[in-house]
Amino acid sequence: MANGSAHTWTLLEAARKVREKEISSQELTRALLDRIDALEPKVHAHITILREAAIAQAGERDRELAKGIERGPLHGVPVGLKDIFCTRGVRTTCGSRILHNFDPPYDACVTEKILASGAVLLGKHNMDEFAMGSSTETSFFGPTRNPWDLARIPGGSSGGTAAAVAAAMCFAGVGTDTGGSIRQPASLCGVVGMKPTYGRVSRYGMIAFASSLDQAGPIARTVSDAAALLGVIAGHDRRDSTSLDLPVPDYLAAVRRPVRGLRVGLPKEYYEGGGLSPEVREAVEKALKALTDQGAVAVDVSLPHTEYALATYYLIAPAEASSNLARYDGVRYGHRAEGAAGLIEMMSKTRAEGFGDEVKRRVMIGTYALSAGYYEAYYGKAQKVRTLIRRDFTKAFEAADVLLTPTAPTPAFRLGEKTGDPLTMYLSDIYTIPCNLAGIPGISVPCGLSATGLPIGAQLLSNHFREETLFTAAGAIERALPPPRTAPLEG
Amino acid sequence: MPFEAVIGLEVHAQLSTRSKIFCSCSAAFGAPPNENTCPVCTGMPGVLPVLNRKAVEFTIRTALATSCTVQRRSVFARKNYFYPDLPKAYQISQYELPIALGGHIDIDAGNGTKRIGITRIHMEEDAGKLVHEGEFSGAQASLADLNRCSVPLMEIVSEPDMTTPEEGGAYLRRLRDILVYLGVCDGNMEEGSFRCDANVSVRPSGVKEFGTKVELKNMNSFRNVEKALEYEIRRQSEALEDGGQVVQETRLWDANEGRTVSMRRKEEAHDYRYFPDPDLLPLIIDEAWIEELRKTIPELPAEKIARLERQYGISRYDAALLASDRALADFFEASAAVFGGNPKTTANECIHWKDAVLARKLSPETIAHAVEDRERGTVSATASKKLVELVLSTGKPFRTLRDEQGLTQVSDASALDAVVEKVLAASPKEVESYRAGKAGLLSFFVGQVMKESRGKANPRVVQEVLKKKLG
Amino acid sequence: MAITREEVLHVARLARLAMSDAEVERIGGQLSTILDYVKQLDRLDTRDVVPTSHAVETGTPMRDDVVIPFGDREAILANAPDRRGDCFRVPRIIED
Repeated sequence: MANGSAHTWTLLEAARKVREKEISSQELTRALLDRIDALEPKVHAHITILREAAIAQAGERDRELAKGIERGPLHGVPVGLKDIFCTRGVRTTCGSRILHNFDPPYDACVTEKILASGAVLLGKHNMDEFAMGSSTETSFFGPTRNPWDLARIPGGSSGGTAAAVAAAMCFAGVGTDTGGSIRQPASLCGVVGMKPTYGRVSRYGMIAFASSLDQAGPIARTVSDAAALLGVIAGHDRRDSTSLDLPVPDYLAAVRRPVRGLRVGLPKEYYEGGGLSPEVREAVEKALKALTDQGAVAVDVSLPHTEYALATYYLIAPAEASSNLARYDGVRYGHRAEGAAGLIEMMSKTRAEGFGDEVKRRVMIGTYALSAGYYEAYYGKAQKVRTLIRRDFTKAFEAADVLLTPTAPTPAFRLGEKTGDPLTMYLSDIYTIPCNLAGIPGISVPCGLSATGLPIGAQLLSNHFREETLFTAAGAIERALPPPRTAPLEG
Repeated sequence: MPFEAVIGLEVHAQLSTRSKIFCSCSAAFGAPPNENTCPVCTGMPGVLPVLNRKAVEFTIRTALATSCTVQRRSVFARKNYFYPDLPKAYQISQYELPIALGGHIDIDAGNGTKRIGITRIHMEEDAGKLVHEGEFSGAQASLADLNRCSVPLMEIVSEPDMTTPEEGGAYLRRLRDILVYLGVCDGNMEEGSFRCDANVSVRPSGVKEFGTKVELKNMNSFRNVEKALEYEIRRQSEALEDGGQVVQETRLWDANEGRTVSMRRKEEAHDYRYFPDPDLLPLIIDEAWIEELRKTIPELPAEKIARLERQYGISRYDAALLASDRALADFFEASAAVFGGNPKTTANECIHWKDAVLARKLSPETIAHAVEDRERGTVSATASKKLVELVLSTGKPFRTLRDEQGLTQVSDASALDAVVEKVLAASPKEVESYRAGKAGLLSFFVGQVMKESRGKANPRVVQEVLKKKLG
Repeated sequence: MAITREEVLHVARLARLAMSDAEVERIGGQLSTILDYVKQLDRLDTRDVVPTSHAVETGTPMRDDVVIPFGDREAILANAPDRRGDCFRVPRIIED
């Protein structure tokens, strides 16, 4: 029982070792909590760490195992959740001051499923406020740092989760992705992150940012881990009307399938443009070679409306967000401003104090885009262009089984580098956004390191409900280009 | 200058489902504050709506009963505004694509019927209640009770087809009756399950263009709607006559003062920023479901009134009174089926005993027997009333009580013969006076016969027998 | 396409966001930049395109009309910043 290296195990390895009683859940949990203690001052991946509760939970898991009870495939394994999933009895902040003291009266569906799988909840991860951001710099609780280079951002908005997984502070985590918020931080932190098809995972209890785009998904150190975790959280939920009633396949089985004959589309629009760093291009080309070496076939495709995706997203997402965030008015929960003379002042002051700049910006854009006289020109128009973007993908998937693209245009940038101008920050999501608009699934898998040792990820996209194909292709890349298991920083 | 009014009415009807429209909390009225709440209807972070099928059913049936076209595809939209009784800061409603369009209701107007168009029907959720803390305007705070949040509502918008307050009242009453007949709403304006706002404008008679429209709110009974309309039409006409203008605004009806008052609050043009709710998919209704529900539409008030009138030969007025409650009309018909010899009397009896009928304290047989006995002269009208009251207090059958109480009238002339003879024999002087021309003495004789028969003689028959004998 | 100060104030009011003059100006500038950027969508002819108003194409699911009480009023009220009895307490609306 090498506790010193327990944190380097994969999720599945850890699950097996606990199940086979090579290590107790409590020992494993303590090992990770110690690691968190050591690394948190540097990385700051968490908003809430559940030390006592996790140890107690782990103890219960051990007692159950002793009686031969196994709750599920992750029995006794410590994991983390982005602080966007409601956890009853545990404050859930969404990275915002306005919810800094919110204790949800219920569990999110994802929370329920994680607990039902037997996993132990270590903590709630840091995130960009209300999931709005690409660097985790907008969190009210301070930024998270990239474990690969503490002067750099981990990506966002699920930066805390990606950093925690990369730094082996948990065996895996669940994040959310609205415009790339799982895939981009996964790429920048050298881990695997997947956004499933819209409707694959229930949004019940997942604090809403942009309802027609948000999806929860796994972040883990290996493709198999991600596949296993998706299997745990996916499935129909009656409480989410957009949740689809389709059976959950065995994603794990897909990971080892051969890619011989797989048609890998290369959308030319993703490889043009000056923003793409040469190192990233090179690394993604290695990923392509990994696939073609194993029998996949490269195909040129085109997604002609790609250049309009960012504008489309930055109208639709803020519009939905402006409505979703209107409930934060100081009446029933969360922060309430003091000293207001009347109701309107109370609400206005509460929201001014409770929201950070990025959130306010997006609420303003969204409100504007929906307002009288502007709806057709902005929101209405964007919804139409969204249809064009979806059609692009439908057409591309006639010629290809998966699409291969970079996940992010560059490796991790420095803290503060892009906070001066919103548009500059938005451009980090240029490759990930179209997938959310179309509702299709996407995965980021590590495919190399930059010259300065920063992780680079390759993105794979597939048609609706073809997550298995993504796991197959990602697995093939991983086998050819095995990434380091954890970030080099030591605690 | 004569003016004509243009009136449109907007009704919000609370649907009598058991649970709320988007969550499974109870939709019942009158619970302690915030008792019927959950994370969904209180707008907690992360919650999502799930549509109540019964609410859709009720709305489809209402659409069918008002001849609307049910839309195969309709969309829920968010209506965004901030208020403490609106937890999500948006109301889930329907905007561009409502569930039903283009229907009508026929009302009695003047000598015939008038068709009032219905523009649209859509579904939405109700808001909670805000009460001011303390009694006086100095109160600094309000208290929010969210029990009512997400109770299902149907919004029914009429065409501006009404021209008088009476037509407005008739439309509302007819619409309410239809909803109650369908069992979709309990139609109680005072309790708030049936609410009405009005849009009123006036224009010089004969002019085609509409005048400026004023919205009226805060009318909590049919009568108050009529009064408010009456007042407002007069106010606007006078304003225009004096050379002034009508301001487009919202006014509140003040029932105490009997006038409408401007809301005065700077009504910042409400920009609700409607957009399709991404948490709910389009509402798809197939033909099969519509047809299945069409079969459940009962005979509606207008048809019932006409049929009762026709079939039973009763007055339209009485038919309308009976039809004002489906249970009462059904009772009437059941009673007439037992004894149909005098439907007019049956109708009168049902109307007279309406409260007991609706409280299910009387059976159709009781009324049928009462009517039949009166028809045959077996009991007098007075006795009949007394007997029904006894039925109510004792629960015994009408005829049992009639016999127990000895209230059977003797109506057979030959049976009365002996008594009449006896009375006449006992009053020879009066007989002579009568025959000499004092016709008024007839009532004296009737009285004596009644006394002699201990009230059992049918006075009408007594009179006839007396007249025959006295000549 | 610059968004005017009045428009910024109007939108801020609609969104219930109190703002200092400096913020109004700063955010106004940022909004203008973003709005300029999104104007590129006008280059596309979308006259015959149906908007994607819903991410999923099927009809909305419906549930049975059954009461399932949440059964924990305290939990619903527990986060209230200001509570009186079993109600949420808020400042009165002040007429402007």
